[in-house]
Amino acid sequence: MNWQLLPQFAITGFLNGGPIALIALGIVLIFKSSEIFNFSQGQMLLIGTLSTWWFWAEEGLGLPLWAAIILGLTVSAILGLLIERLTLRPMTGQPLLSIILMTLALSQFLQGMAILTFGTTQRNFPAIFEVTSPYKISLPFFTYNNNPMMLILKQNLVWSFGVAMLCVILLWAFFQYTRTGLSMRATAEDHETAQSVGIRINHIFGISWALAGIIGTVGGILIATASGLDLSLPIVVLAAFPAVLLGGLESIPGAVIGSLLIGLTQGLVALPNNDFILGAEAAQVIRSSSEIIPYIILLIVLVIRPDGLFGQKRIERI
Amino acid sequence: MIFPLTPTLLSSFSPLALSSSSLPMLKINNIEVIYSDVILVLRGISLSVEQGQVVSLLGANGAGKSTTLKAISGLLLREDGAVTRGNIEFDGQRLDRMAPEEVTRLGIVQVLEGRRLFQHLTTEENLLTGALIRSDRAGIKQSLEQVYEYFPALPALRNKTAGYLSGGEQQMVAIGRALMAKPRLMLLDEPSLGLAPLLVRDIFDIIHRINKESGVSIMVVEQNANVALRAADYAYVMENGRIVLDGTAAQLADNADIKEFYLGLTAVGERKSYRNVKHYKRRKRWLG
Ligand SMILES: Nc1ncnc2c1ncn2[C@@H]1O[C@H](COP(=O)(O)OP(=O)(O)OP(=O)(O)O)[C@@H](O)[C@H]1O
Ligand SMILES: [Mg+2]
Repeated sequence: MNWQLLPQFAITGFLNGGPIALIALGIVLIFKSSEIFNFSQGQMLLIGTLSTWWFWAEEGLGLPLWAAIILGLTVSAILGLLIERLTLRPMTGQPLLSIILMTLALSQFLQGMAILTFGTTQRNFPAIFEVTSPYKISLPFFTYNNNPMMLILKQNLVWSFGVAMLCVILLWAFFQYTRTGLSMRATAEDHETAQSVGIRINHIFGISWALAGIIGTVGGILIATASGLDLSLPIVVLAAFPAVLLGGLESIPGAVIGSLLIGLTQGLVALPNNDFILGAEAAQVIRSSSEIIPYIILLIVLVIRPDGLFGQKRIERI
Repeated sequence: MIFPLTPTLLSSFSPLALSSSSLPMLKINNIEVIYSDVILVLRGISLSVEQGQVVSLLGANGAGKSTTLKAISGLLLREDGAVTRGNIEFDGQRLDRMAPEEVTRLGIVQVLEGRRLFQHLTTEENLLTGALIRSDRAGIKQSLEQVYEYFPALPALRNKTAGYLSGGEQQMVAIGRALMAKPRLMLLDEPSLGLAPLLVRDIFDIIHRINKESGVSIMVVEQNANVALRAADYAYVMENGRIVLDGTAAQLADNADIKEFYLGLTAVGERKSYRNVKHYKRRKRWLG
């Protein structure tokens, strides 16, 4: 039995949800503005993160890290704009399903591009935060063998979470307090009315894709700096997709909370020897299939609440 | 910047201003509109709006009033409709085929039928979306105050979610939002729809005031001829995709057919039954 590890794994999982939230938010942004579910989010952030690495690395441009990050984010913004302009705008008026399948095709195309331009080797992504001394926190109410219980959290983990939440707050402030943010919220509600007040909705779609590229890449960089960078990075969307659906597809707070919940469950599933509930064998099975757990939770939530946890109800008034 | 031709300005520039004001600002020349390549809805409409005028467009359900407004504002393109013959000119510039957001940026703002607010935005945010095409901060603030002055019910609702406002309040926000763009021409589609008679009168009084005070030209579509004719300078009557009658508001209010059909009055002033109205409509189609 490992009860004493429960808080440790729960909190680690929860904090891991931070970068996932950024990726989920990218998906939500695009969905809110144009009702397109972007299956290529993972590959967009792969290219953004690989570019960041290339701008920094010896074999690339060898720039200082901060400059590499700025350039990497710029690349992902331009990539987002290009995708919208070149592949999606020509499809305006086509059935939504074709457009969504187009994003699926794009994900394959971008993955191929990444292989061709960067190769398949594992890259050393630079450390952004202190790697050595982890934070040790003694928990106030939990004790183990009469000693206060200790949480050991990597600095990386804590700061990544902090950066992710900062991005969430910045994004929220952008929507709430800027004219472009207002245009985006208006467009998200009703394209026709948005056009009738003079909003150029095509520009808004472009901005959504650029923003989605940027915040996705911030998430990608945070993950890469913790666990290295290779072409499997896009797999992280397998955690972001259920987070988005859990949060209700259109809700920004929903996507964030959904991501943290998914992180939390992944942390709990990873808890060693959690056989006190299920017996050793079952626990082993669950651990080795931890990617599936978020989807099982998603399934249960959607059966109970089809709009997700925070799905926006259409306001019905006559 | 927009230069409103108020009466005082008109008189101070009299010869030039008068000659230019007699040129219509909006001119629709014999347009035909077809939806989805097959549904012919407007069969040759011509009308014009002069600077500072209030023009009413009357007609029964399905006559093509909203379609006419959408042809001007460009929203037709969104509904797979197209102007297939004739053209629309605004200050000499062709509007047919122009995207709706660009028409709005020229100074023509449409208030859509059924109000169409951004439901999850607040009242004030809705109003501010109207000013997104402007960049003069001070002017926007001034317009906001002016809207709150026209509609004294709105300041108390400024932080309320628009979707939960009453129908009348929503109509006020919709008109206010259009005003925030500082338009030169406002297109109103059935502002009286679903409102209590008293509120309808209030709304039309304000429309009248807006027109007189800011000099904005207004084209208003209505089924309620009674109120619409009172606020208008000039009016057109549409039926089945054609204009069947036009004249000054006073002339039309006096017209026997209008009295009979739209105002529901016979010579002696009693209400007509719907059966007779239908008969009238059939006769009118024949003539048109
Ligand atoms: N998008 C569309 N596609 C096909 N037909 C349409 C479309 N919109 C309108 N119509 C048809 O065009 C005709 C005129 O419609 P329109 O909305 O202009 O009428 P209206 O005069 O505004 O009527 P109401 O008073 O009921 O609003 C109707 O017969 C309608 O069925
Ligand atoms: Mg109509």
